[in-house]
Amino acid sequence: VSEIKPTTHLDEDLLLTCMRCGFCLPACPTYRHRQVESASPRGRIALMRAVQEEQLDILDIQDQLDACLGCRACESACPAGVTYGALLEQGRAELATKRPNPWAVRFAYKWFLGTPAGIRLSGQGLWFYQRSGLRALARKLGLVAKLGGQGLAGMERAIPDAASPARRAAARRRRVTPAVGERKLKVAFFLGCLSDIAFFETNQNAIAVLAAAGCEVDVTPGQGCCGAVHGHAGEHDMALEQAKRNIVAFERGDYDYIVNTAGGCGAALKEYGRLLKDDPAWAQRAQAFSLRCRDFSELVATLELPPLRPIAGTITYQDSCHLRNGQKVIAQPRKLLQSIPGARYVELPEADRCCGAAGTYAVSQAAMSDTILDHKMNYVKGTQATTVVVANPPCQLEMIEGVERAGLQEQVKVRHIADVLAEALPK
Amino acid sequence: MLKPEVLRELKAIVGANWCLDSKADLMAYSFDATPLYQHLPDAVVVPASVEEVSAIMKVAYANRLPIVPRGAGSNLSAGTVPTSGGIVVALNRFDQVREIDQENMTATFESGVVTARFHQQVEALGLFYPPDPGSMTTSTLGGNVAECAGGLRGLKYGVTKDYIIGIEAVLADGRILKMGGKNTKDVAGYDLVKLFVGSEGTLGLITSATAKLLPLPETKRTALAMFNHLTGAARAVSRIIAAKIIPATLEFLDNPTIRVVEDYAHIGLDTEAGALLLMQQDGPEAICERDIARMVAICREEGAFETKLAGTAAEEAALMAARRSALSALARKKPTTILEDATVPRKHLAEMVEQINHIAAKYSVQICTFGHAGDGNLHPTCLCDERDHEEINRVEGAFEEIFDATLKLGGTITGEHGVGEAKAGFLEWRVGATGIELMKGIKDAFDPHHLLNPGKMFARETRRRVVIR
Repeated sequence: VSEIKPTTHLDEDLLLTCMRCGFCLPACPTYRHRQVESASPRGRIALMRAVQEEQLDILDIQDQLDACLGCRACESACPAGVTYGALLEQGRAELATKRPNPWAVRFAYKWFLGTPAGIRLSGQGLWFYQRSGLRALARKLGLVAKLGGQGLAGMERAIPDAASPARRAAARRRRVTPAVGERKLKVAFFLGCLSDIAFFETNQNAIAVLAAAGCEVDVTPGQGCCGAVHGHAGEHDMALEQAKRNIVAFERGDYDYIVNTAGGCGAALKEYGRLLKDDPAWAQRAQAFSLRCRDFSELVATLELPPLRPIAGTITYQDSCHLRNGQKVIAQPRKLLQSIPGARYVELPEADRCCGAAGTYAVSQAAMSDTILDHKMNYVKGTQATTVVVANPPCQLEMIEGVERAGLQEQVKVRHIADVLAEALPK
Repeated sequence: MLKPEVLRELKAIVGANWCLDSKADLMAYSFDATPLYQHLPDAVVVPASVEEVSAIMKVAYANRLPIVPRGAGSNLSAGTVPTSGGIVVALNRFDQVREIDQENMTATFESGVVTARFHQQVEALGLFYPPDPGSMTTSTLGGNVAECAGGLRGLKYGVTKDYIIGIEAVLADGRILKMGGKNTKDVAGYDLVKLFVGSEGTLGLITSATAKLLPLPETKRTALAMFNHLTGAARAVSRIIAAKIIPATLEFLDNPTIRVVEDYAHIGLDTEAGALLLMQQDGPEAICERDIARMVAICREEGAFETKLAGTAAEEAALMAARRSALSALARKKPTTILEDATVPRKHLAEMVEQINHIAAKYSVQICTFGHAGDGNLHPTCLCDERDHEEINRVEGAFEEIFDATLKLGGTITGEHGVGEAKAGFLEWRVGATGIELMKGIKDAFDPHHLLNPGKMFARETRRRVVIR
């Protein structure tokens, strides 16, 4: 096939780490529902290898790459240690060379999520949209669904009320939150883009919990988006831009750790070392940055919290895929939730499987996302939980949507683990 | 490429969703877990009923198209690679356990049921299906039956053929054949059930099967022993059996494997150790205690410099980690991992491993050997790079010599992975010209046009057996 050009993004050595044993098949949500090999991790790796070997064109496999959640459950099941997430990003970067993302998406990624000012502006824009009557109008006319499809509409409905610009400004002016009692650690807080825009209060709650556990918390200026959304969409250069900005911003302080509340962001931050390993000017700095990153529950589980107040009801926990499969943080959030007096903790069956949010997947692949979500909600019903705890903002939106789809909004609340722990802090 | 009318017929049978012929889909079914083998099929169908399979076979028969059955594609002898093209029939939608009959202690399942899931289902009822191939978290029972899969419990409990008592299969011309059933005793005619177990998709397409079950053992105990020399470990194995103990599991790792495992997992193995034995007994508690204590004592007498006994489930998991991480550790070492399963009568275990190490040195290839010491089933695993053709030539030379050595010790070229295409050239070495002739006669009776998994089991040409030394 002569018209196929050599690839630039796919790493042959990485592709060859897959020995095709198929252990990933039972772990893959899309394989479970679609039941064909090209919807499995092993299949997708074989397709990328065929592209790398110039037997297929990247456009021949675009549907298969688009259909992947990127949940990386396959990595946890893989005996050979294949870094599937990295391969998927390479595949999508390759795809973006021949099938560029739409200009509006690139614009939003570049300027709204891709700059600190853009993130701030988006937060304010969200508040304005919700408060000005625009939201009411848009919902009445079904505008969101018309513009961005049912997936986006579902997500829009799930977004909680945004913090006011005044509240945001006050938090920015404060910047540093001192430790309650003796200062044991000095940590930098990574806000994240979606977290900062739509879950401002969750971040504030996380800061309060960290302070109560003896951390001085600095919301380091100059930070931006982690770059995960860019990398997952194949915008490799934009992802690098985000990484470098964050490395520079957090190098300015002598922090023990850099903490965040988003499983997806955390996984990306911890992979800067890998992302920049071939760039001599950045490799070491990136590695040092990644080694200092901790997920919120990963760090809090190692600290001592004041005696918590009881919380009523039954709690269950849905893993964030990238917290579990990317960061291998599995026991810590469960341990923290079980330490809350009063509440009954019930393990959610298949908590380790993706909820269907998968970053922007719920928007771009709405049908498969809903299939996966509805399957998940059957298990949630079975736990009879009154609170479903999550550890990643897209999961939070998705689970809120799931609760509504299942008609459980009267019985079940979806909350981030930082919100639950903050509620249990002594007054 | 299939003729458009054939494709239309297939789509009419299974529905357009389940008949795949895009470039990407064909590529995704062009391989299994065997390194170095890949070939595109002409189409892939994913049927959901035996009637659909029958109709597919009739179309293939009328058009003389090859049929390649596939479960999870975890085969290690290229048995599910469509090396002659044709139609891949993926059976993963046959995923129901139809019946667990507690009075007869049997289970009837469809071919696509995942082995580990079946274990969970029968064990929840206090029943036990022993075959536990290494790939059981993904492998399907249909694949296990077609390959006669073994596993870690072969010594005490046997392998797949010791449990399958009934099979439903679709023949090359589309006829549906039901063989056996739930009877423990059944001598009505030739034993076609046993003939189908291990037939590797060359006689018919297995759609469901019935297995006999055992009561689930009450408890188990696990111990580990480290030896300076392989011979000590091998003597311990022989003495354990001679002492009339049949352990549920008796696994070993040789020194190269121990080094790789420790390097990867850091579980405190002595990298100077010549061999490691992992022992497990199951059954009533008193018997487990007694047997495991006696096995540990035998290991000590045969020079084990360290023994560990698991007291809790966590400790058991820690001991099993050495064996469980073997494949992971090996797979990470080099791009290509070639896993073979040469098997010898157990008393020749040490001699065989020494010969493997000798052959590896002769061809300067890296071979780590671990496996099922109790039943003499070795897994010499070669770590190499498929892009290095010169190295691959040496690897093939080494394995050829390993097979030869195995046969000289009264062993076999494959204990549990199957002949497939990868070892078809060696089958005659094992079964002789008369054996091949008879097997081909059986093949012709079932599949006169050689449409079922062509190129598997029977080589187009037998390897010339090199005279070594």
